[in-house]
Amino acid sequence: MSLWEYANPVKFMRLSGAVLPWLSAAAAVALVAGLGWGFATPPDYRQGATVKIMFVHVPAAMMAINAWMMMLVASLIWIVRRHHVSALAARAAAPVGAVMTVIALVTGAIWGQPMWGSWWEWDPRLTSFLVLFLFYVGYIALWSAVEDPDSAADLTSVLCLVGSVFALLSRYAALFWNQGLHQGASLSVRAGERMAPVYKQPLYLCMLAFFLLFLALVLARTRTEIRRRRTAALIAREARP
Amino acid sequence: MAPLLTVTMLAVARGGRRAVEGVSFQLDPGAALILRGPNGIGKTTLLRTVAGLQDPVEGRIDLVPDSVAYAGHADGLKGALTVAENLAFWAQLFGAGRAQVDAALRALDLGDLADRPAAMLSAGQRRRLGLARLLVTGRPLWVLDEPTVSLDAASVLLFASAVRAHLACGGAALIATHVDLGLPEAAVLDLTPYRADPARPAGRAPASFDEAFG
Amino acid sequence: MKAVFLRDLRLAFRAGGGVGLGLAFFLIVCTLVPFGVGAGGDILSRIAPGIMWVGALLACLLSLDRIFALDGEDGSLDLLATAPLPLEGVVLAKAAAHWVTTGLPLVVAAPLFGLLLHLPTPALPWLLTSLALGTPALSMLGAFGAALTVGVRRGGLLLSALVLPLYIPTLIFGAETVRLGAAGQDPATPLALLAGITLAVVAAIPFAAAAALRVNLR
Repeated sequence: MSLWEYANPVKFMRLSGAVLPWLSAAAAVALVAGLGWGFATPPDYRQGATVKIMFVHVPAAMMAINAWMMMLVASLIWIVRRHHVSALAARAAAPVGAVMTVIALVTGAIWGQPMWGSWWEWDPRLTSFLVLFLFYVGYIALWSAVEDPDSAADLTSVLCLVGSVFALLSRYAALFWNQGLHQGASLSVRAGERMAPVYKQPLYLCMLAFFLLFLALVLARTRTEIRRRRTAALIAREARP
Repeated sequence: MAPLLTVTMLAVARGGRRAVEGVSFQLDPGAALILRGPNGIGKTTLLRTVAGLQDPVEGRIDLVPDSVAYAGHADGLKGALTVAENLAFWAQLFGAGRAQVDAALRALDLGDLADRPAAMLSAGQRRRLGLARLLVTGRPLWVLDEPTVSLDAASVLLFASAVRAHLACGGAALIATHVDLGLPEAAVLDLTPYRADPARPAGRAPASFDEAFG
Repeated sequence: MKAVFLRDLRLAFRAGGGVGLGLAFFLIVCTLVPFGVGAGGDILSRIAPGIMWVGALLACLLSLDRIFALDGEDGSLDLLATAPLPLEGVVLAKAAAHWVTTGLPLVVAAPLFGLLLHLPTPALPWLLTSLALGTPALSMLGAFGAALTVGVRRGGLLLSALVLPLYIPTLIFGAETVRLGAAGQDPATPLALLAGITLAVVAAIPFAAAAALRVNLR
């Protein structure tokens, strides 16, 4: 049996239904443990207690990008192999990714305020996350605007492909545009090798927790989407003469 | 003589659901086929599929590439351009010359209106201009969707003679209509028996999201 | 392709085509900004490159829905899709016509608006060059957005939300070129990147836009 068998909605529902409770439980445990461990770490000698916001900020930022990657892969699978579950998974991941982006932006602002003395700086890193959020908004808006679900899946996939290229392009353009102004303001903490192990270990756990959380959310949302499509199909069949 | 169009066990979908399925027919040069059937059975969808605007769900459509001239419900006219300019644009796009434009204008009795902006035409005149476009495409297979809507009796005759002239030159026509076109020689295919069965037998390719999840 | 291009041009210049609208909008933006930020010559000349580029972006956005929406409504798009010209060619021709009716007038009128905003004289040639090189990308990306939303009723706002993020790299490099030029530095790098983006967009986006059109025609 090939992996593609799970793209069949019925099989997907059966498998995901079995996996989801365990996945959710694992995500909850990892989240509580990771964040608890993170908050128990000693304050940084330079940044004080504000450094602890890192345990939310960094995993959220990571998942904001990974969610878009996942959407890109799912869109490609839909375009190439026409697996309906794949298109719905991409749709399900978008709001989760958008929320992760918002979390990363908000926690970044809260973290940056005492560090840089302002809530928002047009740092390339911050700017590219704002741009990423705009791409999420456009993608979600297109999904909800197109009435025919097949057309919506096709159009959003094309948008996701083109958007990926331009999101990346914007990232480097932003780097070019505001190079050096705020460079390094937070990099020393983010770069793993220069971080004390006392922070690194809980951070890894938090990253795992956010990853599991993302998986659980996307799986649950995909199941909702499938149920919604099934309802629509049943209603359409009833309405038939 | 090779047929211009061969349709084999064709199934088409509209709005994500199969409309008709199992349709087969063949169109030889010089032949016309009229599609009939109640509203909503999928005549327009079938024609759009044959014209290549959408993909069939199942089955085969065999035709020579770039042989279809399609005319749908809308005529694709620009109100700001004159009758002659509208026609000249399509002629240029399909590689036809000035002579064909004039001939098409004459054939559908639009000669007197040539310099009038298309926005000032009546519904029937617009329709005639839309049909004149078929003549300048130079394509052998006409795929027409309700071509005589808003035409008066005299114009229907003009249309019928234009179709006959096209058939006489080795062309073919596939026409969906409810009304009498004045083409008694055309074969008629009623689509009612081909209405798709909503209960999807296992193993068929899903036409869309709805079928995949139904 | 020439036929489609000429037809779109002719339609734009006929009554109701709105060819001067983008230019008028650009003028209004350049008039309003000094009211908003104050007419002190120093502020204006510093932000002039950015205003010119943002203004060009918005002026371009205004007429995007004309590229495919009208043809979609009156059935022309169906007929164009069955014509011998591939849809990619249709997209290219229509984007080119859009550029000639909105981008090109902006490039030509830019020195005048630069004067209004006290743009430093050394920046002027760079403004012209960057607009000339950048605005084709704006039209092409706009055509992609218009192709995505051609089936959506009242899709104007959605179109803006989809297209504007795609404009960011062009805007950054375009405005950067003018800014460096105004500061007397060498703007060759952003200009080269700007030209690169435009070339890549013109080469690749017609395929994406044509794919979106085909989906919307179904």
